[in-house]
Amino acid sequence: MKKFFIFFVVTAIATLVWAGGNSIQIKGSDTMVNLGQAWAEAYMGKHSDALVAVTGGGSGTGIAALLNGTCDITETSRQMEKEEMEQAKTRGIHPQEFIVALDGLAVAVNPANPISHLTIPQIADIFTGKIKNWKELGGKDRPIVVLSREVNSGTHVYFKEHVLHHNDADKSAEFSPAALLMPSSQAIADEIAQNPNAIGYYGMGYVSKTQKAIAVAKDTAGPYYTPTMENVVSKQYYISRPLIFYTNGDPRGVVKDFIDFVFSPQGQEIVKDTDFVPVK
Amino acid sequence: MLERHWTWHRVKEFLIEKCIYLSGVTSIVIVALIFIFLAKEGFALFKTVGVGEFLLGIKWYPISHPAQFGILPLIIGSLVVTIGATLIAVPIGVASAVYISEVASGKIKEVLKSGIEVLAAIPSVVLGFIGMMTLVPWVKAVFNLPTGLTAFSGALMLGFMAMPTIVSIAEDALNAVPKRYKEAALALGATRWQAIWRVVFPAASSGIVAAVMLGIGRVIGETMAVMMITGNAARIPTTIFEPVRTLTATIAAEMGETVRGSDHYSALFAIGIVLFIITFMINLIADIAVHHKAK
Repeated sequence: MKKFFIFFVVTAIATLVWAGGNSIQIKGSDTMVNLGQAWAEAYMGKHSDALVAVTGGGSGTGIAALLNGTCDITETSRQMEKEEMEQAKTRGIHPQEFIVALDGLAVAVNPANPISHLTIPQIADIFTGKIKNWKELGGKDRPIVVLSREVNSGTHVYFKEHVLHHNDADKSAEFSPAALLMPSSQAIADEIAQNPNAIGYYGMGYVSKTQKAIAVAKDTAGPYYTPTMENVVSKQYYISRPLIFYTNGDPRGVVKDFIDFVFSPQGQEIVKDTDFVPVK
Repeated sequence: MLERHWTWHRVKEFLIEKCIYLSGVTSIVIVALIFIFLAKEGFALFKTVGVGEFLLGIKWYPISHPAQFGILPLIIGSLVVTIGATLIAVPIGVASAVYISEVASGKIKEVLKSGIEVLAAIPSVVLGFIGMMTLVPWVKAVFNLPTGLTAFSGALMLGFMAMPTIVSIAEDALNAVPKRYKEAALALGATRWQAIWRVVFPAASSGIVAAVMLGIGRVIGETMAVMMITGNAARIPTTIFEPVRTLTATIAAEMGETVRGSDHYSALFAIGIVLFIITFMINLIADIAVHHKAK
């Protein structure tokens, strides 16, 4: 009897997960995992028969899943690259793009660090390894410890393309080989919190009292802006990016319903609650 | 009747013998299949990147245009961490095995043995987390370094992870030495130290070498803890107090992102081949050492 009961439960769960047309698999950006999870919970609260599963792994991982057909929605913090688009085409997949929120990338240091303002060219020089000591920027005589995300992170790619390549015509600037590649945004935040030599970048949602966000200007003429919601919305903060959903073709059924929910006032309120910036 | 019984016996014996033979061969077949799979996926890289450029290149920029696949910093990173961990784990591990097996008595022995078994049972990700929270800030403060995420932190952490393996296998080897060896030495007037150092230890040496090699194998294959505390900077370190990136951490960190069949994907499998060859060589050395001593 007991065995039969277990069998029944397992079958019921399996049916719910696999056969049910009401399940959505979301995969991709680590930056967006919390946001995706918050949307999923709110959506499932409204539709008790729906099942939304959100996993991270990085934007690249999510796009690979889209190309392999193993997820319904890919969350990414960067746009798909040309090669990825070509691969999608050869595999018969038609990525559809939805910008669902905005994110400011904070460049953060330890609060004990006297530096609080930097220009984009200065930040580029720090992360490519041209500036190696805080002294060169007017700080203490200490070596700079550069923290970056791993290469599977959309944040890594975005930062390279929009900050490191900023004053570099042939787009060949690379992160310094001495840069520490950390497995997550939280790992970067933790290291900055206990290391006054460190500098790193991550979504502004991760900045807490134990780190200090740098005010950023395009050049020394200023003005300098900190990564706040107002500055990202008004596009005055330079290092901000779109957070994107990709689906295969036009979304249908429950996936369409979910994306409509994301763009609804309630969905965009959730964006604000998770420290990102709404698009509507 | 008797004859029928005899033939049944033979059939049974034949079947059992073949079954054992099959299970023996299976593991070799599996290893061969793993190597073939690695080779198939990994060698594709060498159509676009030369072997020398791959092994001796010092730049690892797998997603740039054009990508650069030089793994020398990664090989050196793995070796530095492994050698460091070995230097820490082997003396302490072998010494504590000698203590537990030859010196400690009754209760102390039991407590130490179970304590070391508990250490072996802690998952590496938990150790990595503890290392990140406690060891890394400590290393930074004590050695006055720019960051505590260094090869040294990794070596220290992995030394402790390899120790239980070394202690328990070395201890078994020491226990396996017949009691009469030690008794004879003591009867001839040797002190306790002389009996341990000159008689029991050499008699167990092949087992101890095996213990050390298994410990090293554990260290070089370890992924999660090193990824969390060595900093993962793909640059050749000049001292042990600099961040390094290991072969295993590179595969673990980057495999999720790659698209099947891309150069990056093949490069990660090629790293797998390099790791396979390194561990194979360690085992080979261990094997030679064990047989050499046995003669």
